[in-house]
Amino acid sequence: MIRFNSKRLILVILSTLIFINPLFSAESIDPIKVNWSFKELTGKFDRASLQRGFQVYKEVCASCHSMQYLSYRNLGEPGGPEFTEEEVKAIAASVEIEDGPDSQGEMFTRTGKPSDKFKSPYPNVEASTAANGGAYPPDMSVLVKARPGGADYMYSVLMGYEEPPAGMKLDDGVYYNKYMIGQKIKMASPLAEGIVEYSDGTEATMDQMAKDVTTFLAWAAEPELEERHRVGFKVIIYLLLLTILVYLSMKKIWSRVDSEI
Amino acid sequence: MSDQEYTPKSKAGKWFNDRLPLLTLGSHLTDYPTPKNLNYWWTFGGILTFCLMTQIITGIVLAMHYVAHADLAFASVEHIMRNVNFGWLIRYIHSNGASMFFLAVYIHIFRSLFYGSYKSPREVIWIIGLLIYLLMMATAFMGYVLPWGQMSFWGATVITSLFSAIPLIGESITTWLWGAYSVDNPTLNRFFSLHYLFPFLISGLVILHIWALHVPGNNNPIGIDLKKPSKDTVPFHPYITIKDAFALLLFMIIFSGFVFFSPNVLGHSDNYIPANPLVTPAHIVPEWYLLPFYAILRSVPDKLGGVILMFGSIFILFILPWLDTSKVRSAVFRPMYRYFYWIFVIDVLLLGYMGAMPAEGIYLALARIGTIYYFLHFIVVLPVLGLFEKTDPVPMSISEPVLSSGGDPALAKKDYDKI
Amino acid sequence: MSKEEKKVNRRDFLFTASYTVGAVGLGAVVWPLVHQMNPDKAQQALATTEVDISQIEPGKSITVLWRGKPVFLKRRTQEEISEARSVSLKDLPDPQKDEDRVKKGKDEWLVMLGVCTHLGCVPLKDKGDYKGWFCPCHGSHYDLSGRIRKGPAPTNMEIPKFEFVDNNTIKIG
Repeated sequence: MIRFNSKRLILVILSTLIFINPLFSAESIDPIKVNWSFKELTGKFDRASLQRGFQVYKEVCASCHSMQYLSYRNLGEPGGPEFTEEEVKAIAASVEIEDGPDSQGEMFTRTGKPSDKFKSPYPNVEASTAANGGAYPPDMSVLVKARPGGADYMYSVLMGYEEPPAGMKLDDGVYYNKYMIGQKIKMASPLAEGIVEYSDGTEATMDQMAKDVTTFLAWAAEPELEERHRVGFKVIIYLLLLTILVYLSMKKIWSRVDSEI
Repeated sequence: MSDQEYTPKSKAGKWFNDRLPLLTLGSHLTDYPTPKNLNYWWTFGGILTFCLMTQIITGIVLAMHYVAHADLAFASVEHIMRNVNFGWLIRYIHSNGASMFFLAVYIHIFRSLFYGSYKSPREVIWIIGLLIYLLMMATAFMGYVLPWGQMSFWGATVITSLFSAIPLIGESITTWLWGAYSVDNPTLNRFFSLHYLFPFLISGLVILHIWALHVPGNNNPIGIDLKKPSKDTVPFHPYITIKDAFALLLFMIIFSGFVFFSPNVLGHSDNYIPANPLVTPAHIVPEWYLLPFYAILRSVPDKLGGVILMFGSIFILFILPWLDTSKVRSAVFRPMYRYFYWIFVIDVLLLGYMGAMPAEGIYLALARIGTIYYFLHFIVVLPVLGLFEKTDPVPMSISEPVLSSGGDPALAKKDYDKI
Repeated sequence: MSKEEKKVNRRDFLFTASYTVGAVGLGAVVWPLVHQMNPDKAQQALATTEVDISQIEPGKSITVLWRGKPVFLKRRTQEEISEARSVSLKDLPDPQKDEDRVKKGKDEWLVMLGVCTHLGCVPLKDKGDYKGWFCPCHGSHYDLSGRIRKGPAPTNMEIPKFEFVDNNTIKIG
């Protein structure tokens, strides 16, 4: 006999959630699965990797991709690359920021401060698009959250440049990338062996750089991740404790009535 | 209602209560006789109250930091996520809270469908509930527009364009809704205003919903009328409050799992791309809780027809209490209805799945079948079933399952204990 | 203790524990809701402003914005300084030496928050009975050192944290 029981409904809900999930990924090859340190429930970012990743971003990506929602001070905040205060000041001071108007109504340039936003390579989206052959290099602040595969997808695209399959014709300025949606990308492979010289002496292989910069981008998109995991863990433990207490209280109270709860 | 006259013990209490009987109300709420056999599907009313309050509190907080302007909205959401103290927590509770709210409301509605809670004398509770549900959908839709990402913008475009299907005045209505010649800053501004207003309308309706409930009292798993108070009832406090609290805590654990460990899994990644009026995303999908209606909309080849059927699929629920001709409330005693009930559940899930799929080929065909069955369930199955179904004997009370005719009482008792 | 009593005790303990743990949780929920209204990280980061003072003539003052509030920077003449220093501390509602309100060796520079300590209005310069500032809202008079002399304001105008980066630049905050 079919009954309205809990098992059935939980099954139904679970299957709904499960089959809705994959729907959101568009047609493309599944990205390479990487065992990121920040993936698990108590996951944290790899500090050294974040710092190296910032170096890759600064020396490679930043010439085209903006990161307008980040400030230099973020680089020193807990849960991020955690550069020291002096390092953050030095990083900020390495850029010229346009400020103003001053009391004469003139704009002026000054050296950057930690409170400044990351300086964008182009003044606006139109300039950025025009300078890059009609393809806007997306802002990288939340890029990892804005792609269905997240960090795995990011890493895969960086590693996915290949010779196009025989018979596939590509226009000038278009490249083949097997993980990109549609397999065509307007960005040339940004990484090459040794393109960056890591200040901590790590060997700058393709794989290393792709992992580091992806880690950095994952942090940029979710700077709250470590705090979120930490608070979440405490909240769940607390809720479990209270649930047990309330369950026992409920059993006690309902023991006065000859009915099942 | 079965309240005894309540007199406060203290003199001050009596003085106040004579002028504003809040204490009488409090006493009514705590003593409210509730069937003692309510199962956990009945705890979702309390869970929904919690959801509404959570959304209102976190929403008021977010409105303190959010900027409703096309150029600033996306940036202000990032500001909330990065700079505001605990901003990420409050925003993730609010965005996941919407999904949890709908999850709970769907369970609540399907519980009502199974146990016949919409039937006489509870039609008004049901209708107020549907109004709440409609307002919830409108609120959720407008809330989804506020971050001004790609899905916000294109979702708003698609949904508001539904109104352009109305003959003659459709275009004017759409322009009026937009306040511009496309979804633009004025649209965002008015959506923000209404998104802030609607939850308070919902709160008002919730009070009416509970008031209407307290007139006949709760339905229960075996769907019979109870004498109140009696051996079959328990006072609401502490029996139901503690049980609701327990269920709510379990619900909160699942809720927290989403908020802290996969806060974006129920959303769409395209909404982290700022709105761009020049580029439409490859697939425009609404939030999961609106997918079945989206499937119905797309399954009709005609624009106006699709819109009518989509709204019709909700409005047909308003006349459900009169479409269902069966005198027996609970599906526990309706063997035939039980089968149709589960077919209907599967049909709605199927429609939800098709709503997320591209509207082509086999998906479209299945969506059409699902749509047709959805309406058949209400227009044909329910009225006819009431006339021909042979129902099982219904007990006289919860404590004493004496049957009106036939059947083995002992066996029957075993059956409802399992419910 | 009888069996019945033991039972009651255990029940009481359970209820008390549930209520206590529940109340702690409610308290923990209130904190984020309160703290979100405090200055956010971006606000906190904007704590300093640098001002070019090379263009200010003796006897003149400028007003700059720091943390959303006006800051008065006045370059005082020698007479103004002497006048500010000639006042007996006994005559002051909020006794404070002028020397304590300026940086040593930079006595001509008076840097202070241009906010009346009464109810937060911005006082007008070169007005009032003491040649300093006068708050039009409720009639508080400040002298050439920004000290309250007459009127409802309880204390002298506040001196923010500041330093001379070089001879021409002051960093406030």
